[in-house]
This record gives sequence, C-alpha cells and structure tokens, in this order.
Amino acid sequence: MENKKARLLKISILKYDPHVKGDKPHIETFEIEEAPGMTLFIVLNDIREHYDASLKFDFVCRAGICGSCAMLINGRPGLACRTLTAKLDPEIMLAPLPFFELIGDLSIYTGRWMRGLNERLETWIHAQEEIDVHKLEERMEPELAEEIYELDRCVECGCCVAGCGTIQMRENFVGAVGMNKIARYQLDPRDKRSNKDYYELVGDEDGVFGCMTLLGCEDVCPKDLPLQSKIAYLRRKMVEIGK
Amino acid sequence: MNAKNNHKINKVPARLDFIQSATGLILALFIWAHMFFESSILFGKESMYAMTVFFEGYYFLGERYPFLIAVLGFFIFAVFILHALVAIRKFPSNYRQYRIFRNHMKSFRHTDTSTWFIQIVTGFVMFFLGSVHLYIVMSQPGDIGPYASSDRMVSEWMWPLFLLLLIAVILHAGIGSYRLCLKWGWFEGKNAKKSRQILKKFQYGFIAFFMTLGLLSIATYMKIGFEHQGHVGERYHSVEHAGKQVQK
Ligand code: HEM
Ligand code: HEM
Repeated sequence: MENKKARLLKISILKYDPHVKGDKPHIETFEIEEAPGMTLFIVLNDIREHYDASLKFDFVCRAGICGSCAMLINGRPGLACRTLTAKLDPEIMLAPLPFFELIGDLSIYTGRWMRGLNERLETWIHAQEEIDVHKLEERMEPELAEEIYELDRCVECGCCVAGCGTIQMRENFVGAVGMNKIARYQLDPRDKRSNKDYYELVGDEDGVFGCMTLLGCEDVCPKDLPLQSKIAYLRRKMVEIGK
Repeated sequence: MNAKNNHKINKVPARLDFIQSATGLILALFIWAHMFFESSILFGKESMYAMTVFFEGYYFLGERYPFLIAVLGFFIFAVFILHALVAIRKFPSNYRQYRIFRNHMKSFRHTDTSTWFIQIVTGFVMFFLGSVHLYIVMSQPGDIGPYASSDRMVSEWMWPLFLLLLIAVILHAGIGSYRLCLKWGWFEGKNAKKSRQILKKFQYGFIAFFMTLGLLSIATYMKIGFEHQGHVGERYHSVEHAGKQVQK
C-alpha cells in the first residue's frame, strides 16, 4: 500500500441544546486524522470519545437502514453512516436537519412528524372486507410487487423533507415522503381506495399540487427512491380527478 | 373512507395546476416562435418586412390588416395574465417565507432549487416589462416594421426594456419548460435520471440559443435605429412590393 500521509479533517459542528438554559447555537471545530474507509459515523464517535462527551447525535444501524443519522453535511441532507469522508473536502460542516424538532446538536426528532404524516395520509392498506387469514392471498404480478417494494424502502430519514424548498416555506406540505407513500398504496391492488379517495388526501396545495418540482428530494434521497417519477405519476393521476 | 359516496371533492387545485402548466407551455412555445420571427431582421429589412405583412394577413387577404396583430396580442396578453395570476400562488407570500427560502437555497446549493428562484424573479420582472410591450403591440399594431421597430428601440428608448425583457423571458421559458417536463413526467423513458440529465442539457441549450438570437436581433434593430435617427417616423418601403404601393 502507498504510504500517503493521512489528511487532517476539520469537522465543524453546529452545537445547540434547546433544553439547556442559556445555551446558544455555536460552532465547534474538531481536528481528526482521517483513517481509511472512514465514515462520518466513525468521525462522530471519535469526537465523542476523545474530545466532547456531550455531543449529541443519533445512530442505530450504521448501515443506512434505520435512517436515524440524517444530518446536513456541508449543507446537504444525507446519512452520516453512509458518507465516506474520503469523498469530501477536509473541511466538513455538520448541522442538524432543519424543519424537525431539535433534541440537541445533531440529534433531531423525526418520529413525531412522520407519525403525524402517516396518520394524516392513512398510510396503511384499506381493505374492503375483513381479511381471512386462512385463505390464500390473491396473487400479484412480480413486477408490480417489485415496484411496490421499491417504494416501501423509504426509511423516513427526513432527508427529502430537509432538501425540499417548498416545505421549508409551507409547513403543511406533505413532502416527497408523503407523496411516495400515497403512490405506493395507490399501486397496491390490496388497497381498495379509489383515486378520488387519494385526491382527498393529497389533491391540494398541501399535497401534490403544492410541489414546485425543485427535486431536492430526488437528489438527496439516500435510498435512491424514484421520487421525481412517482410525484409526476401521482400528479397525473390526481389532475385527472379534477377534470 | 371509501368515497363511492358522492360527497364533493374540490377540483379547483387540480385545475389551477393544469392551467398554470398549460398557459406556461403556450407562452413558452409562443416566445420561441416569436424569437424566430423577430430575428428575421438578421436577414435584412426586406425579410422583416415580409414577416410583418405576413402577420397582417397580406399574403392571404391581399391587403394589410394590422389589427390582426392586435388580436394576436390580445390573446397572448390574456394567456399571460392568466398564467401570472395562477403562478403567483407560488411566490413566497411574506418576508419570512422569502428569507427561509433564500437561506435554504444558499446552504443547499442545488441547481434546480436555485433556478426556481430565477423563475420567481424573472416572472415578477415580466409582469411589468411584458405588460408594457404587449400594450404597445395592442395599441399600435400598425407600427411594426424594419424602421418602425428600430425607431422604437433607439429613438423611443425601448432598447433597455427589451434587453431586460429578453433576459427575463428566455431564462424563464427555458427553466420553466424543463421543469414542466419533470413535473408531469414527459420524456421520462425507462431511466428517469438519465432523461433528466438530457432535459437539463436542452434547458441550457435553449437558453443559450435563444439568448444569442435575441441579442443579435436587438443589436440589429439598434443599428438600424441609429442609422435611421434622422428620419424617425418614416416607414420602410418594400423593394418588392414597391409597385403595389404597400407602405410601412
Ligand atoms: C407576468 C409574467 C409571469 C409571471 C409572474 C410568471 C410566474 C411564474 C412562476 C412563479 C412560475 C413557477 C410556478 C411553480 O413553481 O410551480 C412559472 C412557471 C412557468 N412559467 Fe411563468 N410567469 C410569467 C410569464 C411567463 C412567460 C411569458 C412564459 C413563457 C415564455 C412563462 C412560462 C412558464 C413556464 C413554462 C412555467 C412552468 C409551468 C409549471 O411549472 O407548471 N411564464 N411562472
Ligand atoms: C402577440 C404578441 C406579441 C407581438 C405581436 C410581439 C411583437 C414584437 C415585435 C414587433 C418586436 C420588435 C420590437 C418592436 O417592434 O417593438 C418584439 C420584440 C420583443 N418581444 Fe414581443 N411580441 C409579442 C409578445 C411578446 C411577449 C409575451 C414577450 C415576453 C414576455 C415578448 C418579448 C419580446 C422581446 C424580449 C423582444 C426583443 C426583441 C428581440 O430580442 O428579438 N413579446 N415583439
């Protein structure tokens, strides 16, 4: 292996704990020697272990599955555990995702907002009759199942919300996470809701017609969900109802 | 909540979105055609003259009827106003929203977010500049032609307005049409990400092409306008149509 000198990373973190009296938002900078294959997850743990035990941030899975570690990385929403420092300049700015409730430093509470969204959009299968667990499920074409499961991969990390200029201005907007979910249930033949029902959920300025197609969501989604294409699909379906 | 029942849904939001896009599309297509017509001056006064009398119905009706241009102007004006009325919903509705968007845009540094702001600014600018131009088109439809238009640019000091309007409208139409495609999923194909990159190239290409065309046209009108400064008010006499006493 080449014996290149490791880079010195300058990690600046926007620190602020609203629960601590007198605390004000301020930036603290830490210098860390880069290691091969280093992710921001490793960096943050390093900082907490060696420099600042009070630093707050969220992690569960460390593998881009749980969606807890979303934060602004140089102003761009992303998952810390999936971000290799090697891909970034040595000066890195970290801040909590905007819009969501701040717990402290980089830790935010996406759960409450996401739960509200799911209740508002009723993101569960609306079957017509009671499901008989003894009967075989109706068959579904594999392509359709694939398509639905693709959209089901959303981990509700909040990146699309933080990358959405529309929702920053208009808080009631459902965001890409919401529209993706509606598109997912709209595709699912087990859900007996009609397009008219979906229209009642997203057929207004807080829903799909509020989307201004800035496509920040599409570009930051860590799961690479086809958000642009699904929002366009939903828009076409919903505008038909308005005829 | 199965809505087999007939309780009313509000169709207005769907219709507004449709109107916004439809009027935007009409205006974008119109303006690109307009830039080609205008640029006839690059091929000489005679070409521009022929273009003018074409729109005045000369080649169909045997005589020139400038009011036809006023009618077209009125139609475009109506679409223009409708588009502005509907699109204005999207403007930041107070300073707080404006501030939030600007901060988001600055820290995010994301092209399609930033270009939206250009759309807002250019849309706002066109409200005024576009209206002035269209009003003159409607009120003086007879004063279009190689000399009349050039005099307007130079002797009537309209070139600064046209320059700003050109920059605004070409950016707005280029960005708007790109967004339109993504918004409705047009030309999406099998690979939406790839199509978007291609559409983006078209966006830049259209802007560059029509901006160049428009700038060259304005420059040409201005050149003619300066040369014609001593004869303001005089109209162009067609070489070809001279015998037929068509004047302009
Ligand atoms: C009074 C002048 C105008 C104003 C205030 C205005 C404003 C706007 C705004 C705010 C948008 C963004 C809408 C959104 O985010 O969803 C927009 C979109 C658009 N505009 Fe304009 N505009 C004006 C004139 C024009 C003209 C002259 C053209 C054509 C040359 C045009 C073409 C478009 C197109 C193609 C779109 C995209 C439509 C869509 O996203 O649905 N606009 N306009
Ligand atoms: C039916 C409607 C329209 C007609 C008949 C028309 C006609 C003309 C004419 C004759 C000129 C040459 C200068 C002059 O004589 O004043 C001109 C220039 C121009 N017009 Fe229009 N126009 C129309 C609508 C619009 C609209 C809606 C816009 C944009 C919002 C626009 C933008 C411009 C620009 C930027 C120029 C500068 C010339 C250039 O760069 O080639 N026009 N138009």
